[in-house]
Amino acid sequence: MHELSIVSSVVDAVLESLAAYPGAQVKQVRLRVGALTAVVEDSLQFCYSIATEGTALDGSALVVQALPVVVHCAACAQDVEIDSVQSFRCPRCGQFSMDVRQGRELEIDSIEIEEQEAEGKPS
Amino acid sequence: MTTRIVELRRGILKKNDELAAGLRGRFSAAGVLVLNLVSSPGTGKTEFLQRTLEELRKSGARTAALVGDLETDNDARRLATSGAPVRQINTHGICHLEAEMIGRHLEGWDLAALDYLFIENVGNLVCPSSYDLGEKIRVVLLSVTEGEDKPLKYPTLFNSADAAVITKMDIAEAVGFEREAAIRNMHEIRPGIRIFETSAKTGLGMAEWLAYLAARGT
Repeated sequence: MHELSIVSSVVDAVLESLAAYPGAQVKQVRLRVGALTAVVEDSLQFCYSIATEGTALDGSALVVQALPVVVHCAACAQDVEIDSVQSFRCPRCGQFSMDVRQGRELEIDSIEIEEQEAEGKPS
Repeated sequence: MTTRIVELRRGILKKNDELAAGLRGRFSAAGVLVLNLVSSPGTGKTEFLQRTLEELRKSGARTAALVGDLETDNDARRLATSGAPVRQINTHGICHLEAEMIGRHLEGWDLAALDYLFIENVGNLVCPSSYDLGEKIRVVLLSVTEGEDKPLKYPTLFNSADAAVITKMDIAEAVGFEREAAIRNMHEIRPGIRIFETSAKTGLGMAEWLAYLAARGT
């Protein structure tokens, strides 16, 4: 159950970036989460509503893009997506590979914010 | 009202990763080999580490350990009987160690006077996988009583490990441990992983483990 720690880090990072947009309200936070991170989306969503309460993120949506594991297969000389994290073998040729090219991401991709128009400011 | 998309593209655990990178630099400059030991609760991390510390001290190596638990300093007191400096990290409910906790608990220790620093993580096979502690080697431990399919059940942690230690081999037969299946499963999840079959009680496999440490420490 480290999702609460992870969500707290997300909230901190978003609030930090909001310093450049005073008064802005967050509508959506988009994450990229690799299959090798052991992070469960349901758990993230549950913690998110608690961690964002009373902040500029209150009421925003958390959108999680799940990324499958991609390894580089030396024998096939190409990047291949593996079907399950139960076996690090190339699905084409069956060779083992530990050359992980995708699946360890735990990133904030972007946020969608709503800004108040500054009064008297030319549009 | 205007809606705007702001690209952040930053790691969620960036702060931990930065602190871990700083620690790694310090460890490397001090010439100390740092290992992060991870397993389920009850695998025998402390017993295995105690034996390791005792053996290393006998050979003249300078060792120290940090041990993480939610509460109590029982493990630190146990490990301290080896004669090595030991500090307990109580996480008070947090299910893993973080780089910041390591940095804070190293205060006052002269890293350059150490050959090995062992970090015994909180007993948990899920959460510690995401948190880099600045270690050079991540060791996953699995006891013969836990089931051969544990690597398949907790692939993320096994995949992130550099070495694996099977503990309590002295009771393998009694509990019907299927050695080949366990080793096969580890290799499926972490191809090429170095595996040590040990018993802290009888000393089985300790010589190979110590030789591995000596080779990595130089």
